[in-house]
Amino acid sequence: MKTFCSVWLLLSLVELSPAPPASQEPPLACTGAPDPAPPQPETAEDMASTGDLEPTHYPARRAAQVALHYLNTHHGSPFRVFGLQQVHKASAEDVAAGGRKYKLDFSVTDWGSGSAGPALRCSADVLFPRTERHSAPKVELHCEALQQINSTAQEDDAFYQKYISPDSTVSARDIPDSFGNMSEEMQPFWRLARVAASFIMLRESSENTEFNMAKVASITQQESSEEQLMLEFVVLLHDFPSQEIVQWKLLASWSPDRGVRVLQTEWQPRCPHATKPPN
Amino acid sequence: TMKGSIMGVLLVLALVVQDRLAGGLELKSYDYTKYHTMDEISAWMNQMEMENPDVVSSMIYGQTYEKRNIALLKIGLNSTTPKKAIWMDCGIHAREWIAPAFCQYFVKEILGSYKTDSEVNTLLKNLDFYITPVLNMDGYNYSWIDSTTRLWRKSRTPGTGNCTCVGTDLNRNFYANWGMVGISRNCCSEIYNGPSALSEPEAKAVTDFLGMHQNQLLCYLTIHSYGQLILVPYGHPNISAPNYDELMEVGLAAAKAIKAVHGKSYRVGSSPDVLYANSGSSRDFARLIGIPYSFTFELRDEGQHGFILPEDQIQPTCEEAYKGAMSIINYVHDKNFKSAAITVTATLWTTLTALWISSTNVI
Repeated sequence: MKTFCSVWLLLSLVELSPAPPASQEPPLACTGAPDPAPPQPETAEDMASTGDLEPTHYPARRAAQVALHYLNTHHGSPFRVFGLQQVHKASAEDVAAGGRKYKLDFSVTDWGSGSAGPALRCSADVLFPRTERHSAPKVELHCEALQQINSTAQEDDAFYQKYISPDSTVSARDIPDSFGNMSEEMQPFWRLARVAASFIMLRESSENTEFNMAKVASITQQESSEEQLMLEFVVLLHDFPSQEIVQWKLLASWSPDRGVRVLQTEWQPRCPHATKPPN
Repeated sequence: TMKGSIMGVLLVLALVVQDRLAGGLELKSYDYTKYHTMDEISAWMNQMEMENPDVVSSMIYGQTYEKRNIALLKIGLNSTTPKKAIWMDCGIHAREWIAPAFCQYFVKEILGSYKTDSEVNTLLKNLDFYITPVLNMDGYNYSWIDSTTRLWRKSRTPGTGNCTCVGTDLNRNFYANWGMVGISRNCCSEIYNGPSALSEPEAKAVTDFLGMHQNQLLCYLTIHSYGQLILVPYGHPNISAPNYDELMEVGLAAAKAIKAVHGKSYRVGSSPDVLYANSGSSRDFARLIGIPYSFTFELRDEGQHGFILPEDQIQPTCEEAYKGAMSIINYVHDKNFKSAAITVTATLWTTLTALWISSTNVI
């Protein structure tokens, strides 16, 4: 109960920066041309079917990705990140107060173990609220045999001991590089960034988005606090429907006991397409 | 001194020869498991043409905004009669580096096997392959500048009017329900469809070529990443291709062939079903002008690495995509040529039987 309260308290400390538009349009400051409200991509999402969903189609996939982000926020670590393997069954229904709830049956794998690893069966309810301003989806998740997958406690502890020392000042850019290369030393940091990014991807998700982390732009270790590794990440997220790359700076903590917590997030609007910075 | 200058000249000559040799060796052992710059790919195209003059010729069919020549390799055995053809393009989107890698791999495979593999030989006998390794050359080149440009997607045309942003999404710029869905009119957007349809010279070049060869072309394949998908027309949720069922069948067979290689699952469906609605795509344009078999391939992976697929995955990705593409190409070929073979055989037998009957004076 105590853990629950402190977790809840910590989560409530997560600063909500001005959220980017749910449509993931580039910031208005970058727009050269005078543009009325950027048109939402007209898709069939608003008329998406209720009832049984085709598991290979995007509505079920997007909802499953949201469940994955949730799973990773709770069980991700420097040595564990889960990926979606397959959606087996899915259905959706409109709920009171104008949201849509998805019921999902799907399998996940640990990216660390590759295709050799076992698949975990999960079920989830994902509720996308319909509010005027975007609000985070709500997830209820259950995965079987979560405790039975090989524990990474040994690697977690070794990693923790190595970097919790006051002298440690890890700092890196472009993980991975343009060719997909990443040193072995950087892999746990990439995974931590990916888990931390999951908090943001979860929060920013809607039925009209589908996020992945494209790359880590930078990692800067901060002074440890309360026996937590403190890491500042700049991550680049990719959203499928808009094809936009969205940049977020975030401050995360991690320890083997407490897992990943995200303390601060800041959306960093970029105008990568601009020839000159906006006025 | 005289001796000194002779030594100097000899030294320079030795270095030049060594450089030539090294350069030649370098080209000869082209590494298909690494990503290559635009210049390297252009040089490789020249080499493919030089080394295989019987079956390879290049064609320049347009110019990019930055005035690069857009070129394709035409691969096929010479024929006295006009041939049907397959089109493949890679690299419409700059950051999808695995796609041009696949086009190069595909060329290498068919050139390396057509003399010994009867199936490939038959394909090159009956069909011409038009392969564009990098369509969006400007964008691809830009994505190589440094890590901040790696995720560039669009063309490099400057914005028009008050727009301070650069680039149009080439795959929203084609004259196929242009501007209707899945686009943005914000010129800074990654899915900006351009000031007008075919505003981009790259899209215009493909459009003109497809138009000119429309009666020849049986199949249009466009290679992208990521997502592990095979997409069938159309991008608009309310419009279905007349041969949708067949396209799905062919696509699912290709996905099965892909899975058999390394176990990777590729989902198959129309874009509005499995990915998102969109308009102005090259695949839709190809289908609209009547090329019956038109597919988009979205190669590896499903999001773990996304656009920045590690080089050690180039080989396995290309191997599976090759099987997928060949599954479609063989289907298309057999549909157009097996029946012709049967007709020829039947005619032959009928003629022989008639000759036999008349010769034995049965009637």
